[in-house]
Amino acid sequence: MATVAAVIASTHHPFYYRASTSTGDDRPPFADEWQAKIETFRETLTRAEPDVLVMVGSDHFHQLWLDNMPQFLVGKAPHYDANWYNEEREFGLPRFRLDGDEELSQHILRGGLDRDFDLAFSNELRIDHSITCPIITLRPQADLPIVPVYTNIFAPPLPQPKRFVQLGRAIRDLVESWESDKRVAIIGTGHLSLELGGPRQFGEHGPDPDFDRKAVEWIANGDIDGCCGEVTLDSLHLPGNATHGFMDFMLMMGVAGQGVKADHVDSLDLFHTMEAYFTWYPEGALS
Amino acid sequence: MSKYLLNKFLYTVDRDPELVERYREDPAGTVAWWEEEIANSILNCHSREKSTWLVFSEEERDVLVRQDHVRLFELGAHPFLTLTLFIAMFERDHGPLEYQIAYGQALAQVPLPYPDIAT
Repeated sequence: MATVAAVIASTHHPFYYRASTSTGDDRPPFADEWQAKIETFRETLTRAEPDVLVMVGSDHFHQLWLDNMPQFLVGKAPHYDANWYNEEREFGLPRFRLDGDEELSQHILRGGLDRDFDLAFSNELRIDHSITCPIITLRPQADLPIVPVYTNIFAPPLPQPKRFVQLGRAIRDLVESWESDKRVAIIGTGHLSLELGGPRQFGEHGPDPDFDRKAVEWIANGDIDGCCGEVTLDSLHLPGNATHGFMDFMLMMGVAGQGVKADHVDSLDLFHTMEAYFTWYPEGALS
Repeated sequence: MSKYLLNKFLYTVDRDPELVERYREDPAGTVAWWEEEIANSILNCHSREKSTWLVFSEEERDVLVRQDHVRLFELGAHPFLTLTLFIAMFERDHGPLEYQIAYGQALAQVPLPYPDIAT
């Protein structure tokens, strides 16, 4: 059976690429610290020696639109083009192409459907920065095949938070039941408190530092019960209008398991939002 | 009131570089053209097939012509779509992050809970 080599949860910040590649007067004052933290985080994936990446993210109204909106979608394609015109325009993100692992896609689709997740699928999916940001931060050589999994944290009505946790658990079980000798890293990105297009955006910190502190504790300790006891679809409006992206962190807590502490925890308080990085090693600490 | 159609306008304009410029330079002409030609296009569908019922209310048309992001927020347009398009149109006229911060400040009077964005 396949091995889960690493479970990784992260924020996805589209400004990282430009900040980390800028030089001289263009380089923001926080870039050196940010880049150092990312390079340490990247090493946690490199050390796990993965062969395949399952990548959980959320399309930002690029390919998925309100006339046909899936709640959970799995990509099944031999290749995935990456990034879109408006991401080049606003964030300076590069375009590139990743290979897919169709066999693992098929296994997750079939197994997910058989476990009562009515997964949508796509045979031609152009992925966006929710998946390319962690490629840029964690695997910039972009040399491993992926299975993209998109969740709807963006266009209400949304699934309940517990459903994200359940899907995370199912993805973990499905990877571990895949008849393969490959090492699979399961990587997902979301947000802590975040405001987009509202009065609390682009502040000196994220819109709700108290929520951020609590969220980091929940994730670092694998405290799914504590998190699910407080987080509801309604409550997630309070820390910021885009905070429903936290449900992708909840999905990753489901992957990592109840009560399982992360082996690597780091965060960075930036303007606009807090960054947070977590790695678990299911085989035991590799550090 | 159609949050969906407001969102569809923001979505289709934002993703087309020529339309971004056209809307910046000629809001009234772009909104009128868009409602006539694009509003009823079923995206991701064969181009000959169209819907027959999508039309802006007078207020929606006016808000888009005035490029009023505060009123769009109050009407429940998706804030990510509005923000992304308005940054594309107007960030260039300001210093770093100046536009984004002013954009948020203009919304300071909107109380919690924010208007519902469900479509």
